[in-house]
Amino acid sequence: MAEVFDRIKTIIIDRLDVEESKVTMEASFKDDLEADSLDVVELVMELEDEFDLEIADEEAENINTVGDAVNYINSKQ
Amino acid sequence: MSGLLEGKNIVIMGVANERSIAWGITRSLHNAGANLIFTNRQERSHQKLVKLLESNNMEATLLVNCDVASDESIQAAFAEIKEKVGVIHGVIHSVAFAKREELKGEYADTSRDGFLLAQEISAYSLVAVTNAAKELMTEGGSIVTQTYIGSERVIPNYNVMGVAKASLEASVRYLAEDMGKYNIRVNAISAGPIRTLSAKGVSGFNDKANVIVEKAPLRRNVDQDQVGDATLFFVSDLSRGVTGEVLHVDSGFHIIGG
Repeated sequence: MAEVFDRIKTIIIDRLDVEESKVTMEASFKDDLEADSLDVVELVMELEDEFDLEIADEEAENINTVGDAVNYINSKQ
Repeated sequence: MSGLLEGKNIVIMGVANERSIAWGITRSLHNAGANLIFTNRQERSHQKLVKLLESNNMEATLLVNCDVASDESIQAAFAEIKEKVGVIHGVIHSVAFAKREELKGEYADTSRDGFLLAQEISAYSLVAVTNAAKELMTEGGSIVTQTYIGSERVIPNYNVMGVAKASLEASVRYLAEDMGKYNIRVNAISAGPIRTLSAKGVSGFNDKANVIVEKAPLRRNVDQDQVGDATLFFVSDLSRGVTGEVLHVDSGFHIIGG
C-alpha cells in the first residue's frame, strides 16, 4: 500500500512539478494539484507504464484524487 | 544517415513530452545533423522540452513561444527566428486540438464552436505557418505535417478530428501548388496510432492499436522513430521530387479492406 503511494507520488511530483507535501491521499488532481485535463491523461499514461496495465477510459474518468489512483492500482494487483 | 541535414535549420512545432511524435522527429533530425528550433505554446511544455533536451544531451538552436491560434503570435515567432537564425530549410508541423468531449460518441453531436476550434488549430494553423515560414525559406524548403487515416475512413470516436485532418490533407495539396514555385515542398505523414498524449485523448485508443497488430501487413505497431525517419526523408533532398503527398507510415494498414 505504502509502496504504491510512494511510486505514484514520485510520478506526480515529476509530472506536475508540485511540492511533495501537497501530494496526499486526499489531494484532488484538478483542485489541489492544478492539473488540467491533459495532465490527467498524461498521469494515467504514466500509471499504465509504471504498473504495466491498461486503464480503460471509463475507469480513468473515476480517478480524481491521489487516493483514487492508489486504490485503483491496489485493486488491480 | 548522419550528415543528411548538416547545416540545415529546421523548426519543430509540437513537442509536448517524450511521447510526442514531434519528439521522435526531433531524434531523427538531430541524428542527421540538423540545427533545431522549437516552438511551444505553454510555459509548462517549454519547461518539459528544456528538461528533455538536457537529459538527451541535445542543444536547441533556439526556443520560441508560438500560439498557432494567433496570427500575431505566429508572425512574432517567425520574426524572432528570422532575426536570430536567418534562413530556415524546414518546418515540422505536429499540432492539433479538439475538445475531448467531442472525441467520443457521435460525430453528429459536434458543436459549432468545437468544429471550428478543431479546424482552426489542426488545419488552418498549417496555412498560417506556411505563409510565415515561406519568407525565411529563401534557399527552398520542406514543410511536413501529421495526419491520420481518420481523414479518409470512419474511425470510431475520431469524429471532429477526422474532418479536421481531411481539411489538413486538402490544405497540403493546395499549399504544395502555391509553394512549388518557391522551391518549397509540402507533405504529410499519416501515421498509424501511436500512444501519445493526443492519441490517448481520443476515446478507445487501446483498441485502435490492437487492430494494427492484428490486421496490418507488418503486424506491428508504429512508433515515433518510424515517423521520425519518414520525416527525415521528407525534410532531406532524398525526397526532392515529392510534394503534395500523404505518406502512410502505418505498417501498411491503409491497404487492408476487411
